[in-house]
Amino acid sequence: MAPLWWYIVLGVVLFVIGAAGVLLRRNILVVLMSLELLLNSVNINFIAFGHYYGDFRGQIFAIFVIAITAAEVAVALGILVALVRNKSTLKVDDVTMMKG
Amino acid sequence: MDQGFFLLFATVSVITALIVVLARNPVHSALALMACFLNISAIFVLLEAPLLAVIQIFVYVGAIMVLFLFVIMMIDVREAALQRFLPGGNLPALALLVLLGVEMLVLVLWSNRFSVTEPVAMRGGDEIRQLSTALFSDYLLPFEAASVILLAALVGAIVLARKEQG
Repeated sequence: MAPLWWYIVLGVVLFVIGAAGVLLRRNILVVLMSLELLLNSVNINFIAFGHYYGDFRGQIFAIFVIAITAAEVAVALGILVALVRNKSTLKVDDVTMMKG
Repeated sequence: MDQGFFLLFATVSVITALIVVLARNPVHSALALMACFLNISAIFVLLEAPLLAVIQIFVYVGAIMVLFLFVIMMIDVREAALQRFLPGGNLPALALLVLLGVEMLVLVLWSNRFSVTEPVAMRGGDEIRQLSTALFSDYLLPFEAASVILLAALVGAIVLARKEQG
């Protein structure tokens, strides 16, 4: 069995990659996909800790994270479609309508 | 054996995650993200969480990524593919990311709490039965709250994506 810290390190690496996508990319679609990656890396941590400490509450938390992610993606893609319809742009730095 | 499988799945998932962030075309990003989710669900199988692996494939690969691909098909992504990264100085963001990664790695590798190699034996067999019993008794209120949140998100998404009247 692989030691616990291997899974934690995998979660850290995926989290940093996802955060890089959120902070650096210009395309809103890719930013949303990187957000999915962030949530998934946290799920790996939950399940790894739950497995190694013999506690299935980690899996329950992961189920809730997945449910919230599904809700988030539905709303985010609805906002994206409305944005493209009204402003016809996909660039993060073009979305400055609320900038006073 | 187990370690070899873990290294294989972890390597492939990290590579596909890098493709997600670096790819020029959002369609390629979406397909790489699908591969990444499949590998992560394989890692869940290694962690003896088969229920979560199946949910991962159903929800992420089956629902969320198909939603992404539908949206990509609906809108024209070609103009956004020209420039990948935000213009201007990305140096603060990069420094922040490096700091974050180094900090987390140092903390994980420094501590000896994460060096457990043998998992604690689960109480009894029949893990999924225990899981669902806990989910529907101890965690019933969060479960219902999650279902209300999903319903609200459904209605919100329909309202947001609807064509304006007139």
